[in-house]
Amino acid sequence: MLTEDLIHEIDHEAAVFEQRRGACIDALRVVQRQRGWVDDESIQDIAAVLGMTADEVDSVATFYNLILRRPVGRHVIRICTSVSCWIMGSEMLVEYLQRTLGIGLGETTKDGRFTLIQNQCLGACDHAPALMIDDDLHRDLDPGKLEKILAQYQ
Amino acid sequence: MSERPLTERIRPDGAPITLSEYEAAGGYQAVRKALGGMSPKDVLQVVKDSGLRGRGGAGFPTGVKWSFVPENPHPKYLVVNGDEMEPGTFKDRVLLEGDPHLLVEGVILASYTIGADVAFVFLRGEYLESERQMKKAITEAYAKGYLGKNILGSEYSLELYVHMSGGRYICGEETALLNALEGKRGNPRTKPPFPQTSGLWGKPSIVNNVETLCNLPGIIAKGPEWFKGLSKTANGGTKLIGVSGKVKNPGLWELPLGVTFREVIFGHAGGMRDGLSLRGIIPGGASTDYLTEEHLDVEMDYETVAKVGSRLGTGTMILMDNKTCPVGMIHNLITFFAHESCGWCTPCREGLPWAEKTLRAIERGEGVMEDLAVLDRLVVDLGPGMTFCALAPGAMAPLGSGLKYFREDFERHIREQRCPWK
Repeated sequence: MLTEDLIHEIDHEAAVFEQRRGACIDALRVVQRQRGWVDDESIQDIAAVLGMTADEVDSVATFYNLILRRPVGRHVIRICTSVSCWIMGSEMLVEYLQRTLGIGLGETTKDGRFTLIQNQCLGACDHAPALMIDDDLHRDLDPGKLEKILAQYQ
Repeated sequence: MSERPLTERIRPDGAPITLSEYEAAGGYQAVRKALGGMSPKDVLQVVKDSGLRGRGGAGFPTGVKWSFVPENPHPKYLVVNGDEMEPGTFKDRVLLEGDPHLLVEGVILASYTIGADVAFVFLRGEYLESERQMKKAITEAYAKGYLGKNILGSEYSLELYVHMSGGRYICGEETALLNALEGKRGNPRTKPPFPQTSGLWGKPSIVNNVETLCNLPGIIAKGPEWFKGLSKTANGGTKLIGVSGKVKNPGLWELPLGVTFREVIFGHAGGMRDGLSLRGIIPGGASTDYLTEEHLDVEMDYETVAKVGSRLGTGTMILMDNKTCPVGMIHNLITFFAHESCGWCTPCREGLPWAEKTLRAIERGEGVMEDLAVLDRLVVDLGPGMTFCALAPGAMAPLGSGLKYFREDFERHIREQRCPWK
């Protein structure tokens, strides 16, 4: 069930659009922000709030890269693998993360601490390679710096 | 030092300019001038005279784009394209985070000109700092009467909202962006009708890039001749020009249009890192054709870059050095486009993964010479006019030009059955 607060927030987003379904992506982001990912029940709840079918909401949810339809860990690492970061050594960072965390791309550590996801260009190309952990952008990385940064996310 | 109207206020550390700082630097004077005595037609004429062209990649003349918006029906919409997802592009972020009121003022001017009642800033989902700064600036602008009902006591009213994308490259295409803003999957729409007449919820709509709109306050305050004079060529204005790759000083600079690649790469960016030489230049984001060292003295404006077979695009260039594998780099680019294809039309949905797999095989040393013919064929079959929108043709730009300039590198991978760079 969506909480009253979440429904209120979705209603607030929907108020600016000519049609309530305009807030579909906003609603998915609102739910994900609180719960980390979007489960099937939330899809149905959002559909009910916006007057859509659950299938319509799911077709939108699965279209967008940033909407997660599977459970994630406490912290989500989004590593940029696009061209400028690739030139500057993102493959080395991916290998480092996979080795250190013992997981592949798209997977979550057994202790539920990190989920590792590949991300498209983060728009930080002059400070490549870059990645995001949760809402924070980290730039000019190498494995040594990354080791210290990871320690901040427990 | 030439004038830098877009970035002159931005602090070295990039911390945002507040409303009072923006006003103290002459901010919102263009809105006062326009709403205080210019008709929307007057503003349109000034923008047309300035020759301002879209800074998002396509370079379409902004005033001409606006001129197709009809009087009615209402509500009409202005949508800011801040979906900066073109790989290698990091220019709009600097404006959004560093001087958000410049964009708000540009939005008001554009909206007034086309008679928009509501405007949306569509931001890519990862730009959370941009979201914070834009929302803060919008709140400040409402409080001072620059937004909302009867702006500065005039008859004109405008509401402005921020929308965060769910994340998909295709949303930078303006009709896909409109679908995304309506809460749908971001598939492009059939054109015509064009958004100017039938856009957001079927209403007249204009979609403009962040940097394009940020040029408007200067143009209105100082006039079209001033704007044209900023440039070294016939295309008016300055341009945010960026460099990424293995240079000594990667970064972003506001420079006169018409600056040469050489000045940017070896002047501002400090040249290649020690021990490396330049092999390829992708001038304006992932969907533009490679240029090479022979093009270093080409002037960066819309026509001149087009004449040598590429595009100015977003103006943020990606450099390939002699120790970076061209096949690996092109494979990286095509992997991006294959992932981001919306799947709507067959050539793009099927063709891009085919290109990706073929490139992967060559890069891994599993390619055969016939693969090059397959890639040549795909460059034609996914090229301009063959697909529903410009995504696949954009993807073919680095592939087609890469096959032209770096063909011997492809052949070497196949002959030696390995990547010579590994």
